[in-house]
Amino acid sequence: MSKVTLKTEGDTHVVVTRRFAAPPEAVYRAHTDPKLIQKWLLGPEGWTMPVCINDARPGGRIRFEWTDGKGRGFHLTGEYLELEPYGRIVHVERMHLPEPTPDNRVETRFDADGTGTLLTMRMTLPDAQTRAAMLETGMESGMEASYLRLEAMV
Amino acid sequence: MNAVMNLDAAFSALADPTRRAILARLAQGEATVMELAEPFEISQPAISQHLKVLEDASLVARRVDGTKRPRRLAKAGIEAMDQWLAMLRKALEKNYDRLDGVLAGMEQPKIEKKRGEKR
Repeated sequence: MSKVTLKTEGDTHVVVTRRFAAPPEAVYRAHTDPKLIQKWLLGPEGWTMPVCINDARPGGRIRFEWTDGKGRGFHLTGEYLELEPYGRIVHVERMHLPEPTPDNRVETRFDADGTGTLLTMRMTLPDAQTRAAMLETGMESGMEASYLRLEAMV
Repeated sequence: MNAVMNLDAAFSALADPTRRAILARLAQGEATVMELAEPFEISQPAISQHLKVLEDASLVARRVDGTKRPRRLAKAGIEAMDQWLAMLRKALEKNYDRLDGVLAGMEQPKIEKKRGEKR
């Protein structure tokens, strides 16, 4: 099983990495084909993504809508800035809760790693405060917990 | 709308290590401002200020006990936060585990398709 790593970079960046057994082309396609995105970008058990608009070209729009099937839900919107098949994607995204969160600029790299792929997601938040809020409230604790769990399993 | 605004306030409130430590302490039970200030090298007024932020975010509540105002975790606020956090926490790892499965399912048909195209 592969490990998610998360680290901060400078004042406004967050870098996430994860290795996959599949080659970059497949991992790239799983990030750009809406039918594939709907299969995995779901969050916790029980949540689904009934709406997945993902126009994977520069300027193309992104809209993901999630629901827990019990009346709770939220959505994310964004736009693609750059796409280099099958190596790199740059997009911006924001969550609507329903107030939009500050824009998160995400550069996703798909680098060949043996027969697999090293995925690197580099997020850029508008300022240190926004990043801190994102990290310290959710992501970091979650990633840390996952990381510790995985460490314990090794 | 209120719930969402509280959630925003809650996220901001949690972005401070002292306030997270206060919440961790209150998770063990009710405490007065003096008791809360003990483990920290900061003044009681500073602790009170942190408590105000946590109260405004609906994460901490107080009751009146004579001259004391013991604080406790505000259940509803914490639960709303927990629900949201639990989702964030699990999202990344779960998603990537699922993506492993999607990728495993993709490779085979793709190779076949390529071969098919060559024919």
